[in-house]
Amino acid sequence: MTRSLPALFATVLLALPAAAQDQPAFEASHFTLDNGLELVVIPDRRAPIVTHMIWYRVGGADDPAGQSGVAHFLEHLMFKGTEKYPGGTLDRMVSELGGSTNAFTNADVTAYFQTIPPDALDEMMDIEADRMRNLVLPAEVIDAERDVVLDERRQRIDAQPQSILAEEINATLFQNHPYRIPVIGWAHEIADLSREDALDFYDRYYAPNNALVVVTGDVEPETVRDLAGETYGLVPRGPNLPERERASEPPHDTSRTVTYADDRVTLPSFSRNWVVPSYRTAPDGDAEALDLLSAVLSDGIRSRLYQKLVVETGMAANAGASYDGSAYDYGTFALYGTPRPGTTLEALEAAVFAEIDDIIANGIAEAELERVKRRYIRSTIFARDDQGNMAQTYGVWLTTGRTVDDVAAWPDRIGAVTADQVQAVAEEYLRPEIAVTGYLLPEAEETQK
Amino acid sequence: MITPILRRTLVALATPLVALSLAAPARAEVAFREFTSPGGITAWMVEDYTVPIITLAFAFDGGATQDPADKLGRATLMTTLFDEGAGTLDSDAFQERQDLVGLEMGFSASLDSFSGFARMLADEREGATELLTLAVTEPRFDQPAIDRMRAQLVAGLVARSQDPGYAAGLMWSEALFGEHPYGRPAEGTEETLAATTADDLRALHQAIFARENLTIGIVGALDEATAGALIDRVFGGLPQEADLVETPEAEMSFGQQLAVDYPLPQTFINLAWPGIAEDDADFFPAYLLTEILAGGSLLSELNVEVREKRGLSYGVSGGLVNLDHADALTISTATRPDQAAETIEVIRATLARVAEEGPEPAQLERIKRYLIGAYPINQLRSSVSIAGAMVGQQLRDLPIDYVDERASRIEAVTSEDVQAVAQRIFAAEPSLMLLGPGASKNETGSDQ
Repeated sequence: MTRSLPALFATVLLALPAAAQDQPAFEASHFTLDNGLELVVIPDRRAPIVTHMIWYRVGGADDPAGQSGVAHFLEHLMFKGTEKYPGGTLDRMVSELGGSTNAFTNADVTAYFQTIPPDALDEMMDIEADRMRNLVLPAEVIDAERDVVLDERRQRIDAQPQSILAEEINATLFQNHPYRIPVIGWAHEIADLSREDALDFYDRYYAPNNALVVVTGDVEPETVRDLAGETYGLVPRGPNLPERERASEPPHDTSRTVTYADDRVTLPSFSRNWVVPSYRTAPDGDAEALDLLSAVLSDGIRSRLYQKLVVETGMAANAGASYDGSAYDYGTFALYGTPRPGTTLEALEAAVFAEIDDIIANGIAEAELERVKRRYIRSTIFARDDQGNMAQTYGVWLTTGRTVDDVAAWPDRIGAVTADQVQAVAEEYLRPEIAVTGYLLPEAEETQK
Repeated sequence: MITPILRRTLVALATPLVALSLAAPARAEVAFREFTSPGGITAWMVEDYTVPIITLAFAFDGGATQDPADKLGRATLMTTLFDEGAGTLDSDAFQERQDLVGLEMGFSASLDSFSGFARMLADEREGATELLTLAVTEPRFDQPAIDRMRAQLVAGLVARSQDPGYAAGLMWSEALFGEHPYGRPAEGTEETLAATTADDLRALHQAIFARENLTIGIVGALDEATAGALIDRVFGGLPQEADLVETPEAEMSFGQQLAVDYPLPQTFINLAWPGIAEDDADFFPAYLLTEILAGGSLLSELNVEVREKRGLSYGVSGGLVNLDHADALTISTATRPDQAAETIEVIRATLARVAEEGPEPAQLERIKRYLIGAYPINQLRSSVSIAGAMVGQQLRDLPIDYVDERASRIEAVTSEDVQAVAQRIFAAEPSLMLLGPGASKNETGSDQ
């Protein structure tokens, strides 16, 4: 999984528990072991299923220079086994239980997870605790796994015009921060990754005091605490890691354009992108206001861009906005659209920005904002229906500098945002003169742009 | 009333009685229950108050196969129109109201059925149910809404028109199914969508939205009486009888070789063999065989041979396809173009080995444990999945206690059964399609 997949973050942002509700059905227990491992448990006793996730606070943006993709490569290698649980053991055990196991890497975190019957939680914890320090990597598994990753890259990026462009937009949007480098890595650097590169990364970052365990489902917090003590608790604390500081962005003061044409593309599309604050770095209320701005513009069929551009003028096949505020260092905001056949890309682009200008000039009505907030809060209640969502939400929030209390307080913070704040963030952050615009074009139209 | 229970296999019988009398939390369990509403509509339900929401899934027999050849995409177009006006509410008024009462709603059309889904907060049930009733029984199919939705579907088709994967998919379906409705593009074409009128949509709604044709699963914070009143209200106004166009059994064509030469970074490989129907005595052996060869985990035979041992691909997937009128076994993967022939060779050799030697007993046992355990884990993780599972079981005419029957039939399968069905299936030459740079029919590897 890579940072360029906005779907994950969209889900996460809508997947928050509504503590604003009178009686929160899910109480999160939060505790830390002596070795520094942090745990969160959210019981949900409906079905005999448990979701167990371990999150390491390290991701693609922590790859050493010239070794892009090493965090993700290590994620693959983590399945090669230990002396106690040789390669394939985890897959085999989970499979025999009818469960599932997988992992993902993004720019900030690397997470491993299983969905299993509750009786198997102790074994899962033992396996994760074991592979936190005891990974065995015979030289012969390295080459084949590197080829698998290169094939994954071809499948996820090179085979998709949209993904090729997204990677380049990212590399342009961020001028200095490592978010500019794809999490999966550049192909030529993946090809050079060695066993030592992966092991150095592993030794540095995989330790209890750099990890978070989230357990949701049919289990009691006390049980998890006991099991964690017998498994994770036996892993010695690693050296203290320095504060997580990556290279920061210089001021952005130019607009830039990235264009990609491909003969698989028939309808052109554009996106306009900005670096904006994330939840962790935003001044008070700005991240919530950016979330609501994106919802006013494009959450559902009552949103402004849909009503104006799809329904009223019929210019757009689709048009929308998205805010990703869940990354550690910086958020991103994007506006995008695809014209219907017969409308030019330029005309649609202008119409989308006219909506932003309208918000900046005239603000939004309180009643409209209230409707959007209500939709938002409702979706957080629906999101509680899925224990996997809950584990994902707590995992993302707690590994990007926020707390359990922040998760609980979030609906209230959304509720407190004013129409003026939404207007203000649009004006402050969505400045055309510093945007990066991406164009995805049919091959033949390339020369016209 | 039938009350089967899906529960964890090991109930703690050894727990001292005293513990049971304490407030010790009960073991989680999910019970499907069948009931009939006062209005005579049968539904399956699960009552659960953990989250204050109500989730409703429903389906009507008859999907894209009901579309006339010159109006393909009709069912797909209809799925987009239920929130575009109903009863006295036009599109704008309906959507305004929907936002206010908090009704989440969605529709989809598969080849054989037309499905709906609705979700609401329990304390907004009244208003949401009222609006859902309008949508289900009195959709308006106003011309401006049809034009708008059609334009969006056409834009989607245009956007995909140069996508070699889409073109290859169309070619693949047509090659396998020929003239049968399964071989046609369910999403329609620009021409067939243009030919579809409001009257065509009304006719489809009239033909398939009928009570005899309906299956329902309902989950959430409500009791049986409330659920009965809800479904009577939503579906009670529909006619009793459906009017379906009969779909013939498909005569699938195997042994074909297709190649689409296109400059992609990978070559995509698709294979299809004759499948095994769900009511065939060989179904469970075939189900286990498919899982052994190409199931979800990296331990499947093909993933071990193609990915783990040789690094030829990011993954191999496969499955049994069971439609109402056709069955197939498919395997697909993608690889670096210069390795396509080798990959096909490895796949063929692996299939031949399993057909010759049968699965290892330990491997078979692991797959049995997986399939039995996975059913509840995959089906019961959320209200949405539970409601969907209840509808799916009814659509496939499976009993309410299918989870138990399924487990015992899986247990009964032997290595010899799997080997025999592998010989039966792989005796046929598969259809094969390659999509990639320089793909040609000569690349398809040696014959089996």
